[in-house]
Amino acid sequence: MKTVLSKYLRPYYGRMLLGFSIKFIGTIMDLCLPWILAYMIDTVIPQGRRNAVFVWGFVMLVCSVLALSFNVIANRMASRVARDTTETIRHDLFVKVMWLSNARTDDLTKPSLISRLTTDTYNIQQMLGRVQRLGVRAPILVIGGILVTLTLDPVLTLVLVSVMPVTAFVTYYFSRKSIPMYNALQRAVDQFVRLLREDIAGIRVIKALSKTDCEAQKYDTLNQKVVTLERKADITMAVVNPATNLFLNLGLVFVVIVGAYRVNQGTSEVGKILAFLTYFTIILNAMINISKMFVIISRAVASADRIMEVIDVPDRTQSMQCEKRAEDEAYIRFEHVTFSYRQTEAEPNLADISFALKKGETLGIIGATGSGKSTLAALLMRFYEIDQGKIYIEGEDIRTMPAGRLRERFGVVFQNDTIFADSIAENVRMGRTLSDEDIRNAIAHAQAKEFVEEAGRGYDDQINIRGANLSGGQKQRILIARALAAKPDILILDDSSSALDYKTDAALRHELSAHFADTTKLIIAQRVSSILHADHIMVLEDGKMIGYGTHEELLEHCEVYREIRDSQM
Amino acid sequence: MAEGQKKYEKPKNRKKTILRLGGYMIQYRYLVLLALILTVGSNLLALVGPMLSGYAIDAIEPGVGKVDFSRVFYYVGLMVVFYVISSILSYILSVLMIHISRKVVYQMREDVFTHLLALPVGYFDTHQTGDIISRISYDIDTVNASLTNDLVQILTTLITVAGAFAMMVVISPKLVLIFAFTVPLSVLLTKFITGKTRPLFRMRSRRLGELNGFVEEMISGQKTLKAYHQEENTIHKFDGKNEEAVEAYYRAEYYGSVVGPAVNFVNNLSLALVSMFGALLFLAGQMRIGSISSFILYSRKFSGPINEAANIMSELQSALAAAERVFHMLDEPTEAADRTAALELEAVEGDVVLENVCFGYKKDQQIIRNLNLHAASGKLVAVVGPTGAGKTTLINLLMRFYDVDTGRICVDGHDICDVTRAGLRRAYAMVLQDTWLFEGTVFDNIAYGRQGATLEEVTAAAKAARIHSYIRRLPQGYDTVLTDEGTNISKGQKQLLTIARAMLLDAPMLILDEATSNVDTRTEQQIQQAMRKLMEHKTCFVIAHRLSTIQNADVILVVNHGEIVEQGTHGELMEREGFYYQMYRAQFE
Repeated sequence: MKTVLSKYLRPYYGRMLLGFSIKFIGTIMDLCLPWILAYMIDTVIPQGRRNAVFVWGFVMLVCSVLALSFNVIANRMASRVARDTTETIRHDLFVKVMWLSNARTDDLTKPSLISRLTTDTYNIQQMLGRVQRLGVRAPILVIGGILVTLTLDPVLTLVLVSVMPVTAFVTYYFSRKSIPMYNALQRAVDQFVRLLREDIAGIRVIKALSKTDCEAQKYDTLNQKVVTLERKADITMAVVNPATNLFLNLGLVFVVIVGAYRVNQGTSEVGKILAFLTYFTIILNAMINISKMFVIISRAVASADRIMEVIDVPDRTQSMQCEKRAEDEAYIRFEHVTFSYRQTEAEPNLADISFALKKGETLGIIGATGSGKSTLAALLMRFYEIDQGKIYIEGEDIRTMPAGRLRERFGVVFQNDTIFADSIAENVRMGRTLSDEDIRNAIAHAQAKEFVEEAGRGYDDQINIRGANLSGGQKQRILIARALAAKPDILILDDSSSALDYKTDAALRHELSAHFADTTKLIIAQRVSSILHADHIMVLEDGKMIGYGTHEELLEHCEVYREIRDSQM
Repeated sequence: MAEGQKKYEKPKNRKKTILRLGGYMIQYRYLVLLALILTVGSNLLALVGPMLSGYAIDAIEPGVGKVDFSRVFYYVGLMVVFYVISSILSYILSVLMIHISRKVVYQMREDVFTHLLALPVGYFDTHQTGDIISRISYDIDTVNASLTNDLVQILTTLITVAGAFAMMVVISPKLVLIFAFTVPLSVLLTKFITGKTRPLFRMRSRRLGELNGFVEEMISGQKTLKAYHQEENTIHKFDGKNEEAVEAYYRAEYYGSVVGPAVNFVNNLSLALVSMFGALLFLAGQMRIGSISSFILYSRKFSGPINEAANIMSELQSALAAAERVFHMLDEPTEAADRTAALELEAVEGDVVLENVCFGYKKDQQIIRNLNLHAASGKLVAVVGPTGAGKTTLINLLMRFYDVDTGRICVDGHDICDVTRAGLRRAYAMVLQDTWLFEGTVFDNIAYGRQGATLEEVTAAAKAARIHSYIRRLPQGYDTVLTDEGTNISKGQKQLLTIARAMLLDAPMLILDEATSNVDTRTEQQIQQAMRKLMEHKTCFVIAHRLSTIQNADVILVVNHGEIVEQGTHGELMEREGFYYQMYRAQFE
């Protein structure tokens, strides 16, 4: 929270000060009115000066207009500061998230990053605006109100001040009591929504197993829970309003009583009591606003901390200096690479991997789920830092290359890759400078031409979020086209033909060898047929390389590979 | 935040919606009536306050030494009594309204969910999950908030305004004339401001929704963006969305922030005018100081609610729109009820016959044309074909997730339209490509289809599905709770869990839709034996990419472009050298 103030608000200190000053004047205008009223009743009226009544009445009108204009101007300035600050914070946060290393993203989790970028920045904007508007006005009203009443009648002021702590305490006490209740409620609502989401996703299974009653029961339990918690929290908070009102009104009663004595003694006047009653309302309303502000601020502090937690993550390890391996005949080389996602794990996710590929060669990687196939590709692209060993591309340690220069060599399709809600052409282009012809060619190579050009479809057709209007096989072909479009030096296909039927898969392999001869390919697959013709095939099991060679060599020497082949023939 | 936009849509059938909402309230009519009485009572009592304080001040007025204390205390005492009672009443009222609205909300949520489970599967295929959820949570909450606050608020406003007005007329009809000026002014002001802000708030919700959508999409695809080095580009695009969002927020606030000062202004204006004319009337001897005091207090009560009324109206508007969305979902037709005297399938043999079956999700797009098929009890039917050819549709029809357009499907000689859905579906065990696990323990997930399964049975099923050793390694074994994010579980392992679930079911028929597509082939090989045991003596429908797994099928259906192009055993189809033959050869190219 402190950083938010010092770092992001500092440029606006001047504007804020100006805004506060304007607000101050506007608020003082508001405070003038009851004072003039008292003056009129106690001084002007007894003298019976009709003209003076008009003059003071006019002054009141002027004050009203000034109060309106100054408050509006100040409010707008406050909103502008909130807008500009939020824009910067959100920008910085997003930039940080974009450059965050994958390991950190995994730690923070994506849903959490999303809510930090949306809900939390939204809270900040709301807080910045409100606190500037109410935060100045409410204290001025309270302090100014007390000061003015002091000049009117110090004793009555004491009566008034004595009610304030009680009101403050009631608001504070019940708000505090309700906060854990609302937190509990939020958690229950989360569960409730999760169950809904789950049941909608699994509706076929639920119906197939005739489990609707069981789900309805689960739902009913949660519904009961949510309703009960809601009721509890709301009823707790329901005390605040009537109680505040009561204290406010009882305070009024005291002012009248004490005022009566003072008037009787000649130490006060009726007009002052009248003015008091008006100030009383103003001050207590301001008190209510201050208590509301505390709720907003405490929520915003939590948000600010969540945002700063991300912004303050140390920058990813910079590229380091490293001697260049002179003239490597291999294009890609892994040397004793070892890596774990978490240091706590007993077995590394990849252990002691070494291999070398020449330009244009194809490496097939095969192995059980969880054997480390995708991890290997992620390391080559330096999404994670390896623990031991070295990875070279063209004899250069990849840690010495800037991320951009490293990654522009690649075309890649991940497992569960993302299709964006954009046109087909843009999904292939991915913001790169590629001609329409490049796009069309890539789509043709990826065997997607037929369905893209099918009646009623075209390159500019919109794809729905997550590719909902495409079948699994169609999505994979668009992704492959994306990987091929820039004629990459290195192509990584991670299980990207699982949804393709054999015929399409075969045609794709044919295209790759015909048009991408210079591209070094890493193909991760579960089917032997997808990697059968690769120059080298690596067999992974539990993060270890248990076989490396050509199809024929492996059939001879690698039992696991033979088993895999046999299971598919 | 699509709901944000819909929030402002004008309800189309307001009367009907109000009536239906009333239907929920009417169940608690006595409570509602009590609430109404309390509202009137508490507000009337609160209204008496300023009048009493006016009398008290009149009693003070004579000045030094002449204050009539007995009268002051009399009125002050009355004030305390009235304020205390009024506060207590208003607290009871809040509690009462909270109770009523919770009951209504509970009932609504219950109704919607019960209805939801009865909807045909097709509804979920065509409606976004986010939208359904927002109806049940967000929309019902909106209705609820409006029920608790707005109803009371409206009544309070009416009583306060009317009461304050009446009081003011009693005190000084002449001064009331001031409001002939300020009231229209405040109405105009509010109208002007809300007219300006409503589209701006709508815009703000929309922009924020767009930003949320953008962030969600980009963060989900972060790895891809990095791979293609699109960080800068994305940040640039984000900046655009960000600017739009903060600007829309600012613009809404720009006008929104006028409301507070404007309300204040009208109040101040009234105060100034009342003081001025009150003073003049006093000088003319037509008014006492105490009356001016009461009048001022009433005038403050008077102008506040008028401004608030505008807010309440727009809130009500959005509550009605939300209620309409909820009712709209309640009006969706459910799966047609089972026929009267529908047969309960028992001791199913598993003899399935499809006769001239035609089906399309849309009327003009036939997916299945004139399909005939006989799967005798215990036979294995395989369905193969390129992606998007409509293989999954067949399963939708067998399970009666959708009903055939023409033709019929019979199980053991009974048309499946003549038997109960529950009975029909119980006769099948099903493993789908999209595995479904819920948040619960591993044990509960496996035992889901069979109530009262023992740990031994579950363990046996897990062992057969080759997932036992994985489960053993989990922190709490079979009691480990599976969650979306926490547990690191691969797609393949999920599939094995659902296979274990199917193994526990003792259904006479089995559907496997790409059941092992994410399991690596060696594990698949290892569970083959268990799968074969699972399939033993059962009528099986298997959809597969890997042609190797279905070579021993009794019938292979080759589907392309929604039609069955070939049908026969592996041997027959290979001999024919048609579409199947080509597909089969492609594996080894």
